[in-house]
Order: sequence, then structure tokens, then C-alpha cells
Amino acid sequence: MQVPILKQGPYLIVTMQSALADADFLQLRDSVMERVGKFRSRGVIMDVTALDVMDSFACRSLRDIAQMIKLRGAETVMVGIQPEVAFTMVQLGLTLDGVVTALDLEEGLAYLDRGNKKSR
Amino acid sequence: MIDEIHVSVSSDADIVTARQKGRALAAQLGFSITDLVMIATSISELARNIVLYAKRGEIILGVATDHRGKRGIVVVARDDGPGIRDVKRAMESGYSTSGSLGLGLPGARRLMDDFRIVSEVGKGTIVTARKWNQ
Repeated sequence: MQVPILKQGPYLIVTMQSALADADFLQLRDSVMERVGKFRSRGVIMDVTALDVMDSFACRSLRDIAQMIKLRGAETVMVGIQPEVAFTMVQLGLTLDGVVTALDLEEGLAYLDRGNKKSR
Repeated sequence: MIDEIHVSVSSDADIVTARQKGRALAAQLGFSITDLVMIATSISELARNIVLYAKRGEIILGVATDHRGKRGIVVVARDDGPGIRDVKRAMESGYSTSGSLGLGLPGARRLMDDFRIVSEVGKGTIVTARKWNQ
């Protein structure tokens, strides 16, 4: 399943669907990394609103992707973690250390805009 | 009454199928959304362990009823893989022989109410997990 990656100005918006298999996360990693370079993106929003399961593999994959994006000089904000998913992540002991999170797309974009102003 | 659902698991796509079917069954049983996410996540971890360590196996989903008529979901993860040499350590957070986070089995246990592992080296592993609808 291909994850849509939209370019919005200096940002990329990645919208994840519910039924992502492990291979989809790996493919997503490659396409995001490719596009960050191609579009010289300053920030990436990973929207997980529709993701109904965040298991250890998904969590590690997303954390890795955020780390790689950082190494390429862009920022990542994860938005839309549902309350039930957050609850389950805590039960599982999953953490997103080093990944900025925001309530929703709007908050995520506001966060990136603030960072962009500062660095210019 | 709902029969047992068997999902054969040998690829990452099967992991998704197994957790979706488990979630659908749990929804039929009237579990809350939080429970649905916990059950689906637990199945995801168990199914991934099958793919990771045994290559193939199956997830069996069923309905349990206790003596007071309370209903729950039973998830059985079964494989004929290499088995777990040290079940006690495998249940410790952060212990992994595959380079993963080591949260799968202990995590799956925390998300469910009952959890039992029977494993024999060279024979395979059977995990039985239950969650009751409170």
C-alpha cells in the first residue's frame, strides 16, 4: 500500500492509513527520504490519525524515519495519535523519544512555521 | 455463535489480516475502542513474532465464556518454529534475539488479561492470550 506524501510549500505531509504492513513502512522511509532531498523540505508532518495500531515495529520505523529526516536537516512532527493508541503505546512501553508530537495537522504546521521563522 | 477464525501467518501482510480479523471479532463482542486497539496491537506483536522467528504459523481467534457468562476473546498464536529457549527471559522487556525492541511478548502480555506460553525448543511455540469484556 502506497502512503501518500503531499508537498505543501517547504513541508511534506505524510498521511498514513490504517492497514500498513511492515514493508509499507520501509517503503515509506525510502520515499520520504528521497522527497526531502528532492524538494529541499524543511519539515515533515507524519499524520497518523487513521492509524489504528501502533505496534513496536511501527513505532520503531517511525522513530527511525524521524531520526533520518533530522540527519537530512529537516524537522519531523508526528500528529494525530489517537487517545486509544496513546494508551496502548504506554501500556506496551513504546516511546517516541526525540520525535516532536502535536495534536493535529493544524498544530503540527504551526509548530513547523515557528521553527522556520526562527531559523531564517 | 461465532466459530474459530484461523489466519495463517507467513508474511507481514498476514500480520495486518490477523489483527484486523481480531479487531472485528472483538468489536462483535462489544469491546470498547481502547480494548479493540489493545487486542489488535497484541495480535500484531504475536503474529510478528511468528513471522520473525518461525517464518510461518497461525493465529486462531475465538470466543471464551467464563462461568458467570462473561465473554472474552481468545487469541492463540501457534507455530512449529525453533521454540523459545528461555521463556522467562523472552518475557522480559528489552530482551530480544532478533535486534528488535524486545517489547513484543511482554507488551502483548500487558495488553491482555491472561497470557500463557508453551514452548519447546525444536518443536514450536503456542501462546494463548485472553481478554475479558469488562
